[in-house]
Parts: sequence; structure tokens; C-alpha cells
Amino acid sequence: MAVSKDDVRHIAGLARIGVAEERLDSLVTELNGILAHMDVLQKVNSAGAAAKADALRTGMPLGADHAPSVALERPIAQIAPPTRALDGAPMPSVIDGFFLVPRLATHEDAGDAS
Amino acid sequence: MSATPESVLHDGAAAIAAAVREGRMSPRSVVEASFARAEEVDAGPNGLNCILSSDLNSSLHAVESAPVGGALAGVPFVLKDNIATTTLNTSCGSKILEGYVSPYDSTVARKLRAAGAILVGKGNMDEFAMGSSTEFSAFGPSRNPIDRTRVPGGSSGGSAASVAAGIVPIAFGSETGGSVRQPAAFCGVVGVKPTYGRISRFGLVAFASSLDNIGVFGRTVDDAARAMEVVSGDDALHDATSARLAAPELRTDSRDLAGVVIGKPKEYFPASLTPAMRAHCERAIDALRARGAEIRDVSLPHTDLALPVYYIIAPAECSANLARFDGVRYGLRMEGEGLRGMYEATRSTGFGTEVTRRILLGTYVLSAGYYDAYYRKAQDVRALIAKDFTDVWASGVHALFTPTTAAPAFTIGAISDPYEMYLCDLFTVSANLAEVPAISVPIGRIDGLPVGGQVIAPKFDERMMFRISYALESELGQAAHT
Repeated sequence: MAVSKDDVRHIAGLARIGVAEERLDSLVTELNGILAHMDVLQKVNSAGAAAKADALRTGMPLGADHAPSVALERPIAQIAPPTRALDGAPMPSVIDGFFLVPRLATHEDAGDAS
Repeated sequence: MSATPESVLHDGAAAIAAAVREGRMSPRSVVEASFARAEEVDAGPNGLNCILSSDLNSSLHAVESAPVGGALAGVPFVLKDNIATTTLNTSCGSKILEGYVSPYDSTVARKLRAAGAILVGKGNMDEFAMGSSTEFSAFGPSRNPIDRTRVPGGSSGGSAASVAAGIVPIAFGSETGGSVRQPAAFCGVVGVKPTYGRISRFGLVAFASSLDNIGVFGRTVDDAARAMEVVSGDDALHDATSARLAAPELRTDSRDLAGVVIGKPKEYFPASLTPAMRAHCERAIDALRARGAEIRDVSLPHTDLALPVYYIIAPAECSANLARFDGVRYGLRMEGEGLRGMYEATRSTGFGTEVTRRILLGTYVLSAGYYDAYYRKAQDVRALIAKDFTDVWASGVHALFTPTTAAPAFTIGAISDPYEMYLCDLFTVSANLAEVPAISVPIGRIDGLPVGGQVIAPKFDERMMFRISYALESELGQAAHT
């Protein structure tokens, strides 16, 4: 199997990496040079080997599901009380540990802050 | 003559910790000696360039709160630049993370601090640990302290060079396919890749998560064992990267290998191995025999498939892990047309050539139509490679001995073909694929350049690996460095 310039353009798009047109030819050569070494794997009879090995694997132990090991929430008392930050800027109100922010104007039903 | 900070730095971690514990030496003086040594060897156009960031004040501040009774009291150490710390940059050798400071410490950094060790710098590395020479660092290549025209190996080249140059007695790197053992061999120091899961990876910037390990460098086997005892074991955070096993006791006074069976896999001694490398390995094998070990010829028949498998799985996982560097959450952001334009401009500017190549390769082997042919196939063959090892252990073999690399360090700039560079990992990638522990120990020099021998052991049997390494180091003596 070998990659073409179009393939490289496509995978660069998938990877969100901008590749200049003048770099495409050398990337095609480099990637095909590497991929040629992978072809040897197609000759190996290995079907199902990974599934068989996974079945024998003990895996990582699971922790008790009672509390996160690192606190994911802070008590509301820590974040709610001050109504103004040190620099005087107004602090948002808090309900149930969530900050209240104005409804985004881009929402179709944009209306009052809620 | 009484010990000085400079002399204990050379004597190693055990000597420093003992001197600090007994009040014969202040940790401050040792840290200052470490910085002075770094300044002497690291700077200038021909400097080693092995430390990317350091701050004397921050290290001296750490000294004030460090426990003087700890196992590594006052021992200065270097962490590879992809291991998170709150006090110095964690740039991964990449422009995309230049100047980035982590909001939290890695487990390894936390355990070392609790043991009294002092962070003195972050080690140079190939960008995101992708490379075998430290030439692919965005901040310039490191040089080998033994011969400055040559590479220190990689990707943890800065950490290895820091130990070899006498800046620190211990350092830490990361291993995905040999990135600790290969630079250890090139720089003439000891390098350990533990069993997958033995050392927590919490705070290690991920490259290929099923292959990544944090590894240890020491000038001696004993220093490496001490450092590894401190950083091994269950993570207090119970993160998903460490096995629920206590840190093993790795140090031993025994230098005897009676009853130990060591396999010599024929695939690691191909006809193409140079006579000089073969002779050094044979001398090391004779040393193991002299200590009572039985040497047995064995075979790991799928060894020649390890490199193709590795260079499918590692880029595939890297393409997923490095997707997070998008200009939004970390580091560099470049302007572009729209959100997608910003992503593409940021990533093409921030990533270097090798990282880009591997992300593209990984994206390709995971893409629709090619997943089964490449990625699924590689996973199946990886299982066969791992089975080779379990079959050998089942035959009564306790460990394996091989060369770490096929040749000593090469000249900076000598290798330009990507796959030729990948061949540097020929003898090391299998241990990562099979998740087994492996260590590189100096076994001699070829034309003045260090070479290493590799001991590979069954999963979680680092004790056997160290027992053999202690005996090998002891029997070879000064011959390991000549």
C-alpha cells in the first residue's frame, strides 16, 4: 500500500495540520519509505492473537466507586460568598455550584438571563 | 581527604544522601556544586545543551523544605522535559509548549521531593520524545559528554548526558521504544525501563499510552536501584497508570548468580553485528557465567517484526494524544482563517518535522480503510511478540541478555533517513511492546565510545533484573568503561 499526494492532503486535514504544497512530494516519499517496511506484517498469520491475549490479561484493578481520588467539586462556601472580586469587578451569582452567566445572544430563544 | 560537594556529586546518590543525613554536608552546597558543574559543561556553542530550564533560587528554596532524613536526601536530579513540575517549564522539547508551566506536579516529582531529592533542571529531549538522538529538540541538539561531536542518544538524551557529565548522579526520562536504554548505552551510564505500570505516569505528557514508561538513569546500578525504589509503586492518587503494587526492594548485597538461567536470544546477535560489539557482549556473558549464571541459547522468533509493529502503534497513539495541542488549551496559538485555520496554523508552526511525520503516519494507519490492515494487524503481531517472551520464561529462563544497541553513538547529523533513525531502536522496542522490564548497563567501549548490554526480565521481576545487573557491573569492574 502506498500513499499519494491526495492521501497526504486528506490525512493532514484529518490531523488538522497545515501542510504546504511544496512539502507534499517529500512527505509522500518519506511516508511511503516508512510504510514499505510495514508490508512484512501482512505475511504473518496472526489473526485473533490480540483478542486471545486480552482475554488472558488481568487488567488494571478498579477502585471503589465511592469518591473521586482528587476532589472534583469545591464546597459552595468557597466560591459563592464574595459578591465583588478584589479588583472590584462584579462576581457572578452561583446556584448549586454553577456560575450564572447571561444567556448567549446567539441562542435562538435569547432572552432574559436565567 | 574529606569529601567535598564536588566529590560526593561524583560518588553518587548513596554517598550524597549519607553525607546529608549524617550532617557532614549541606544539601545546599551539593545543589550549588551541581549548578556549577552544569554551567561548566552545558553552555556555549560546543556545550552539551542537556538542560533546558533550571533556576538556582527555586532549587535552593526546595532545599529548605526537603526532609534531610529521606532516602535521597540532598540528591540533585534532572527530569526529562516531558515530566510535569510546577517550578520549571515542561516544554516537551517543542515550540508548541515553549514556556509552558504545569499547574501540578507529576507523581514522580512528588515522590522524589518527599524523599529529599532536589530538582535542578529539565532535560533536553527529542520533541515529544519522538527520536533517538535528541537532534529533534526545538531547542537544539544535545551533545554526548564522551565525544561532543556525537549524539547522546534519545529521546531522553539530556537526562542521560546530565548523569554522564557529572551534573547529577540520577535523572529520569521516558521510554516508549528505548528512549532511556539507548541514550544510557551511548553515554556510558545505567538506564532502566521498568515494567509497564511499575512507575506512575501521572504528569508524564503522553506520547503512546500503551508503550510509555518513566525510566531511571544512574551512574551505577546501585544509584539506579535507589532512585527506582523511590519512584516505583502504587500512586497515592490511584491513577490509571500504575499497578497496585508496593515498590519492590531492588538493592541487594549479593553478587552471586548461582541457579540463575540467562537466555541469549539468537535474534539479537545477527550475523551483521559488528565483531567489536559481539566481543563486548561475549565478555559480558563470560562475566555473568563467572558469577554462576547458566547461559542458554533461546529464540524470540517474532523479533524482526517488532520495529514495523512499533512504528504503527506508536504513531497511531501519538496522533490521538497530540490532538490536544490545538492552540486553545496549551501554549502556542497562531492566527488562521476561522477555527480550523487557527488549528492548522498552530499545529504546523508548533510541531517539528518528525512529530508532524508521525502524526500523519498515525492518522493514516487509523483512517477508514486502513485500520484493519495496519493498526489491527499490528496489535495482533504485538501479542505474538509478547508471547515469545512468556514462552521463554515458561521454559525456565529467568532473564535475557542482549546488546542494547547495534553500535555506539553516531555523529550529529549523520542519519537523515527517518527509517534508518528508527533502526536505532532495533533491540529495545520489543520490551516496550511486551511490557517487560529492561535495563542497559555499560559493558565497555568501542573506539572510546560507550556501549551497553541489556538485561530483560519477566513482568514485575525488576528484582531479578537488578540482581543480574549488580553482578555484571561488579564482575566487569573498570572493564565496563574501557
